Amino acid sequence: MKLVTAIIKPHQLDDVKESLEAYGITGMTVSEASGFGRQRGHSEVYRGAEYTVDFVPKIRLEVLVEDLDSEGVVAVVVTAARTGRIGDGKVWVSPIEDVVRVRTGEKGVEAI
Amino acid sequence: MKCCSRSLWHMSPAIAPLAASPPTIDPSATAFMIICAALVLLMTPGLALFYGGMTRAKSVLNMMMMSFGSMGVVGVIYVLWGYSMSFGGSDVAGVMANPFDAFGLRGVASTLEGVTKTVGADGTPVIDVFGSGVYIPEILFAGFQLTFAIITVALISGAVADRVKFSTWMVFAAVWVTVVYFPMAHMVWGGGLLSGAEGGIPAKLFGVTDGAATVAPIDFAGGTVVHINAGMAGLVLALVVGKRIGFGRTAMRPHNVPLVMLGAGLLWFGWFGFNAGSELAADGVASLVWVNTTVATCAGILGWLAVERVRDGHATSIGAASGVVAGLVAITPACGALSPVGSIVLGLVAGALSALAVGLKFRFGYDDSLDVVGVHLVSGLWGTVGAGLLATGTGLFYGGGFDQTLVQVVVALASLIISGVLTLVIALALRAAMGWRVADDVEVAGIDGSEHAESGYDLVARGGRVGVSGAGLQHDARHHEEITEGATS
Repeated sequence: MKLVTAIIKPHQLDDVKESLEAYGITGMTVSEASGFGRQRGHSEVYRGAEYTVDFVPKIRLEVLVEDLDSEGVVAVVVTAARTGRIGDGKVWVSPIEDVVRVRTGEKGVEAI
Repeated sequence: MKCCSRSLWHMSPAIAPLAASPPTIDPSATAFMIICAALVLLMTPGLALFYGGMTRAKSVLNMMMMSFGSMGVVGVIYVLWGYSMSFGGSDVAGVMANPFDAFGLRGVASTLEGVTKTVGADGTPVIDVFGSGVYIPEILFAGFQLTFAIITVALISGAVADRVKFSTWMVFAAVWVTVVYFPMAHMVWGGGLLSGAEGGIPAKLFGVTDGAATVAPIDFAGGTVVHINAGMAGLVLALVVGKRIGFGRTAMRPHNVPLVMLGAGLLWFGWFGFNAGSELAADGVASLVWVNTTVATCAGILGWLAVERVRDGHATSIGAASGVVAGLVAITPACGALSPVGSIVLGLVAGALSALAVGLKFRFGYDDSLDVVGVHLVSGLWGTVGAGLLATGTGLFYGGGFDQTLVQVVVALASLIISGVLTLVIALALRAAMGWRVADDVEVAGIDGSEHAESGYDLVARGGRVGVSGAGLQHDARHHEEITEGATS
């Protein structure tokens, strides 16, 4: 099993979610995140004093998938999240040892 | 209040027509003044919002509490000896009045045996508003003045956000209002040195006509007593207290700009009581003052935003809110003496000047956290001097020559020096006696928790239980044992 984690722009979330549903993904976890990459932050001005705001609001989206689905899911996310402008985010895949569904106790792929 | 050639105090108790029927209390002026006093009182909670939104989230409550603390301390003191020190009737060297003459408002709330006072038909002591024959209860005047003292002290707090012990602040409020504010109010409005009275400095400059200075200083509602005074005190406190940790390096952004906008709106609303109410009657001058106050403030917004747009590329919300305050501050001394168009000019310049002045703290390295100096001192000075330039009739731009402007400059500088010196003495004394600063780690963690045991926002549930940790936790302790036993067995 794999965990696909994507950091995306907040306003791309709906597109990504719909694309993943269309692909057949049945569940995902979304959390608000903030951070910066090569995009860095932005500047704000208060009473003439300019401040650099380092952390930009982002969405972290996590999807558990079977091994063979991971490449497809990554492709779907990348396509849906891309605007072509700086700050589109990143997607990465990590191996998962085990998964348990709390209600039934099912394990592994069954629990996804 | 108002122009000091017509100083309030020296005329009212003197005219006591013993045989004539008692004067009638003017109901419209009285009703108007009760509402105006309430409006001015509302300015202080408004200021708490204005300042509170501009601090960081971790110290919003402390910021607001400095305003509410000022309400508590100054309101009580004003009734006890404040009114007496400013308007008690006597005059000690043109500097203050005897604090005990009207202690606890004796002789103000009701007549005092052995003291001849003008009383209304119902036996209430009254004042003859600027000798106009309009009578309002003296106790109402005292109440109105009380609200001015409160807001002036609260204004100073913006200079020392995030880092000052609440106890020291409360003591400061009591001492400062007594040593600096009450005498200053006497000097400007109570017939003292900075008024147009015969013994005042302006009378010495250009002579006396009919028992008052020929060129009387213009301070309709408190450019000197309130704004120059508070602004200078803010500068001195910021210097004595010192910079916040990380000032000039880390971002100290306003945490809630909508609160700032709300506060600016409430300040503006309350300011009508402040300015129009300073006429002490519902008449034509009060109506002119209303319009002047509004239009100068509108122009203040434009002045500030214009500077921002050119200098920074954006017109900001904080800039608009600050322009409101700068315009209001500048028109305060001048509101009764200008034409509406003159008020636009005054407000426009005030907004622009203050927008340029708020950057000075970074250049000179003093941490006037919320720009009390840049807004109140700078626009207060400009409003006081600008009144000399723009006053219809006596102003320089209206062909009145330099005399009025010179008087204005002298009065402004005198207020600046008096406030600066006295505040410095108080601030240093309190630093030695109590200390101003909270501990560094407290300041970094946020002053709200340590000084007030509260936090402004609880947006994420943080757990916990009712009661103090350590007490009433036996049940939890037993529970904890069970858990640890379970873990080890």
